[in-house]
Amino acid sequence: MKYGLAALVALAFPVISPAHAAEVSHYTLDNGMEVVVLEDHRAPVVAHTVWYKIGAADEPAGKSGIAHFLEHLMFKGTDDLSSGELSETVTRNGGSDNAFTSWDYTAYYQRIAADRLPLMMEMEADRMRDLQMTEDDVKTERQVILEERNQRIDNDPGALFREQTRAAQYLNHPYGIPIIGWRQEMEQLSRDDAFNFYHRYYAPNNAILVVAGDVDPEEVLGLAKTYYGPVSPSPDLAPRLRPQEPPQLAERRMTMSDPRVAQPSISRTYLAPERDPGDQEKAAALQILAELLGGNSTTSYLARNLTFTDPKAIYVGAYYDGTSIDDATFGLIMVPSPDVSMEDAEAALDATLAQFLKDGVDLEEFERLKTQLRASRIYAEDNIEGLARQYGQELAIGLSLDDIESWPDVLQEVTPDDVMAAAHEVFDRRHAVTGWLMPTTSEGAEG
Amino acid sequence: MKHLLSAIIAVLWLSLPAQAAVEVQTVETPGGINAWLVEEHSIPFTALEIRFRGGTALDRPGKRGETNLMMATLEEGAGELDAQGFAEARDALAASFKFDAYMDSVTISARFLTENREEAMALLRSALMEPRFDQEAVDRVRGQVQSILRSSETDPGDIASKMFYKQAFGDHPYGSDDNGTAESVAGLTRDDMFLAKDRVMTRDRLYVGAVGDISAEELATLLDDLLGDLPESGPELPERVEPALSGGVTVVPFDTPQSVVMFGQKGITRDDPDFIPAYIANEVLGGHGESRLMDEVREKRGLTYGIGSYLVPFDHSELVMGQFSSGNAVVAEAIDVVKDEWAKFAETGLTAGELEMVKTYLTGAYALRFDGNGPIARILVGMQMDGLSPDYITTRNDQIEAVTLDQINAVIQRLYDPENLSFVVVGSPEGLVTN
Repeated sequence: MKYGLAALVALAFPVISPAHAAEVSHYTLDNGMEVVVLEDHRAPVVAHTVWYKIGAADEPAGKSGIAHFLEHLMFKGTDDLSSGELSETVTRNGGSDNAFTSWDYTAYYQRIAADRLPLMMEMEADRMRDLQMTEDDVKTERQVILEERNQRIDNDPGALFREQTRAAQYLNHPYGIPIIGWRQEMEQLSRDDAFNFYHRYYAPNNAILVVAGDVDPEEVLGLAKTYYGPVSPSPDLAPRLRPQEPPQLAERRMTMSDPRVAQPSISRTYLAPERDPGDQEKAAALQILAELLGGNSTTSYLARNLTFTDPKAIYVGAYYDGTSIDDATFGLIMVPSPDVSMEDAEAALDATLAQFLKDGVDLEEFERLKTQLRASRIYAEDNIEGLARQYGQELAIGLSLDDIESWPDVLQEVTPDDVMAAAHEVFDRRHAVTGWLMPTTSEGAEG
Repeated sequence: MKHLLSAIIAVLWLSLPAQAAVEVQTVETPGGINAWLVEEHSIPFTALEIRFRGGTALDRPGKRGETNLMMATLEEGAGELDAQGFAEARDALAASFKFDAYMDSVTISARFLTENREEAMALLRSALMEPRFDQEAVDRVRGQVQSILRSSETDPGDIASKMFYKQAFGDHPYGSDDNGTAESVAGLTRDDMFLAKDRVMTRDRLYVGAVGDISAEELATLLDDLLGDLPESGPELPERVEPALSGGVTVVPFDTPQSVVMFGQKGITRDDPDFIPAYIANEVLGGHGESRLMDEVREKRGLTYGIGSYLVPFDHSELVMGQFSSGNAVVAEAIDVVKDEWAKFAETGLTAGELEMVKTYLTGAYALRFDGNGPIARILVGMQMDGLSPDYITTRNDQIEAVTLDQINAVIQRLYDPENLSFVVVGSPEGLVTN
């Protein structure tokens, strides 16, 4: 390795005082709803967020997109609120609101002056059980989600190709189905589909309230009891058991050409383990592996070897996010230099990965990364809503508060040997999907 | 620390809505640099935002893209360190530096821990004062810019944006992509990088905001060390340009399922006495989720996922503009709805109910912007560049409250001009041709 340059850098790693994490309080209401409060009194603002432990991977067969469609329809009204009134009320009170759907959870949030928290709870509790919508609402909003699909996926060949490769990555698990849904199924989603999903899964015993900001935890608990306490739980919530992956025995390779692609690229994803309650070590090693391999466009192993020394790529990166209920993926992306064919680019990528498995972890790089991870806890304190999102996501996938709070330590305890063991395990081409996305021209399709 | 006592510091306590206190200190360093500071000692780091007025509009003729390439290469080696050495040093300190280039400014956003502040600032100083612009680094980053340029040629949003600004501003720098063209970027040299840096990063166009775990004295010393040796002054700023938008629709054929639409007309300057009424007006028309455009185009008709309109006060021109995307089959209908709403708005203005609602929204939402050291530092710099005083933070909501329906409707009559509202459509729109 050509790391002579590192000698120029003074290797004085900062000590970094241990961050005093935000104050976290945790309660459970009698109806099963979890309540988490994160305090930050620097500004008189609150983020009020409700997380349902239900997402796109829990949809019935043939109804792809219903979790996300329902998220849209949740703004249509209740027995007490007319269509659009919730958002209008938030706006009238100087707040902003939104919602998002993932494979594992669906979340609703408002940011607003802290003294408006009771009003937010009143409305959110109302739509937990009393949603109403007309056929017209459903018809119009279905057009909106189809335009959303146009905008996010169909107008972007990169997004279309990611959808295809992901579908090939998961042979059996619904993580292979797009959150927004396959178009032909979205077109058929009905009011009944939405209500069936809603009545089954939207209930306090399937929800987590995360409130972050300028609030007193005991007051939040009192308000939660007042507003969410009376909401009746769903009696027959099934455990979240999705179809699991069979042994993956065959490598998958895909190519797609599209005239809207100007810049060819190579993607590779490997099936990878996720964070599990009480068992986050392997996921932590994979996260550090991703950072060391391709988390930094200048100093990561792939960047050094593929964009600096004998450049074969304009860009190369690695990513991994183990915050999911079931199997995650470890990804690589490479944008070849203009004069490098797809074949040569992929060969260089694989040769570099093989060399990494031989070379092992660069210890200076490893220390720098640990330093940055420690500092990221300090910087994270400045973003209380980011913390609220993190807690919401992680609780919603079944991690405990203990898992969440120990995660930074689990990351710090990862050793170079752990990283290499994780690398040897994850880089198995039988578990991988390799994709070539190319322009529809002779020059781009040469690979 | 010899200049410590001569730093001039003024302190203003400013109450945000709902009693958040933001204490803005104006600092004049012994070396004559002005900065705004909010001390926030509860978390041991500082966010520092530095901007220079001018930006990519200062690119020289035939050198389009030079400022953008220069800013992207600043971090690729400085002093004794090459690109990798610089990144290693920065990461070992857990600091982050972001360099960005915009039409009217270039920006540096830095974040660093208290415990190694001096080392982090010494490193940033080397990037600003001793960048290497090694040929290898310039060529590598040039390759990345050229990749972006290639991709933008087949991105409907980028195609729309380029066409729209070209129509509005022609040969003025605003009329072209500030990434440059394949040809102009290919021709940029190492010497151009040094020259571009000295043109756009000058003391006379410098604005600074800092928020975090740092005192006024410490900031004064830091800024003199960091920025004191920059060139005193830069080249003349570009001339004013009137947007040449005169209505009509321009269709750029592109084979994709959803058409991307940009639309706009002449706007209002930031220092216009009617800017705040105009801002309120636009908020109702297309500024947020509950706007008329969102209601008519998305909520009632399902023609788009999202639509917005914005006041865009450049330094040398001004627009009201907006954008949305609609399936090819319905985009013509969506454009008709926008045109109708624009005309209706120009003709009848706001209702009293809309004004009341938008006032409670804007005054309540203002505090939400102050959410973290970095965002507050950016607000502080933005206010200085807009010529506002620190007490704007406390008076801004009063200024909004004070606006009357008559004032708003007068500015709507003056500003909104449906005849000259111009559309650029990229896609395969049904029933729509250039007119």
